[in-house]
Amino acid sequence: MRRAIVLIGLPVVLLLSTAGAVAVGAADLSVTQVLRALAWHAGLPVTPLDPLADSIVWHLRLPRVLLAGLVGAGLAVCGAVLQALTRNALADPYLLGISAGASTGAVAVLVLGFAGGAAALSAGAFLGSAAAFAVALALAGRRWTEPARILLAGVAAGQLFSAVTSLIVVSDATAQNTRSITFWLLGSLTAASWASAATCAAVGAIALLCCWAAAPALDAFTFGTDVAQSLGFSPARVRALLFTVTAVLAAALVAASGAIGFVGLTVPHAARALAGARHRVLLPVCALTGAIFLIWADTAARTVFAPQEVPVGVVTALIGVPAFAVLLRRRGTAG
Amino acid sequence: MTIKAHRIIARVRGKVLLDDVTLDAPGGELTGLLGPNGSGKSTLLRVLAGLRRPEHGSVLLHGVDRATLPRRALARQIAIVTQHVPADVDMSVLDVLLLARIPHRSAFAPATVADRRLAEEALVEAGLPGIGARRWAGLSGGERQRADIARALLQEPDVLLLDEPTNHLDLRHRLDLFRRLRGGGLTVVAALHDLDLAAAFCDRIALLHEGRLVACGTPAEVLTPALIRRVYRVDADVTIGADGRPVVRTV
Repeated sequence: MRRAIVLIGLPVVLLLSTAGAVAVGAADLSVTQVLRALAWHAGLPVTPLDPLADSIVWHLRLPRVLLAGLVGAGLAVCGAVLQALTRNALADPYLLGISAGASTGAVAVLVLGFAGGAAALSAGAFLGSAAAFAVALALAGRRWTEPARILLAGVAAGQLFSAVTSLIVVSDATAQNTRSITFWLLGSLTAASWASAATCAAVGAIALLCCWAAAPALDAFTFGTDVAQSLGFSPARVRALLFTVTAVLAAALVAASGAIGFVGLTVPHAARALAGARHRVLLPVCALTGAIFLIWADTAARTVFAPQEVPVGVVTALIGVPAFAVLLRRRGTAG
Repeated sequence: MTIKAHRIIARVRGKVLLDDVTLDAPGGELTGLLGPNGSGKSTLLRVLAGLRRPEHGSVLLHGVDRATLPRRALARQIAIVTQHVPADVDMSVLDVLLLARIPHRSAFAPATVADRRLAEEALVEAGLPGIGARRWAGLSGGERQRADIARALLQEPDVLLLDEPTNHLDLRHRLDLFRRLRGGGLTVVAALHDLDLAAAFCDRIALLHEGRLVACGTPAEVLTPALIRRVYRVDADVTIGADGRPVVRTV
């Protein structure tokens, strides 16, 4: 019953949040105007908004809100999957060294000034995270699917790539670059576009399906590797598949938004409190909760100190840390 | 269903854990694995369960090499309760019990109403009615052990492997468990420390010492003062009770 309420209620909240978040911003728009613009673009017979307002909705705010939703959903799912696979409540999508690698790639593009703008930045970030994951795999060695090995190797790879990033920044960065770099390192959705939202949507949908199909295996691994194996799952095979899927997904997300922290860490714990531990329900709930959370976090990031914009990673950390403390406390005391 | 370990050799970093062990556990019988700490009981159970690949040798299920059987089919035939039942699990007791039904349904199907009913019944059988909604991490050591045994039974295996299933149980629950296991039609292999319990309930006893099988037979054949002294390095008085089973008094 409670699950049914959650599974029907969350999509409704997500739709309302999307429309609401698009309406909020420097240029005043109402939710009705937003809906009218969307309807017009969907080919429905309504009067269009004036071109400026329409452009704000369609080219600026909507892709950004959609990207926020997709990144939030993806990070939360990555976090839930990695927490189950590693049996570690503190696992998050960046443990495998992925965000540090993406930052290195993105900063290298910014500093070295490759042509190609946002696309080059995303490509650099993606290559960087792939390189970091490859280094983590190499460090972990042949038995890389053992959680302790891949986590330690990921931490080491992350440190290595952070060092390289600092080296690049220190060696050659103009004041203007430094600002973009800071935004990148803290995570920001300012570079959102229809293209980046579409990429994240495609990768995210495939990754979510893979993880959802593995839901019974994730349940079993949450309980313990021995039991999972005795229930017919191959630990090496399941981990190889899901570590790779989450690494690719996290790389795609970080390439679009920088490293936004605390979503992948905190949202799965909140989702578990809402919907229980069974991954068949937990993963969709994580995706919905993560999307809603990051949409509102990003809306706060771009409006609270307007016209100044705060990197959304700062907002998620400011909300995420206390929320995490509350959840940990509940986890510790609930019998 | 019989389960047989055939000429198993297992090593870890050069140290021999199992040295050419052959063990036959007949169908429907309760076989006790005895032996001091480090004698290889847990390793043998893990090999039987497929949690550990032996360096040499094979495990035969009804004469068929388990390595040739598909994983899911094996999961419907063999269940194990490991020595250290996971404690820090953020799941409800019912969710843990329902894991046992995974091998019994298709890969993408959710747990059915029938699965839930079976899980609730398994908890009642285990003397833990109505604890399904509680968090696994909040159970006591004994409750957790009984619930995990219920989980393994809910897997409806033909062969049940138990690694020290009574180390957290009080006297009454020990007896309850073994009364349920005996004559249940299930093939059970259980690593045990309690010689009296083994003597009273096991159909057969296999005695391990430093990775080797030193004796295997009925309790009266295996639990002799000479073997107990050799393996456990303690003196014991063994008398035969009215039911023909040995009673062991260590002195």
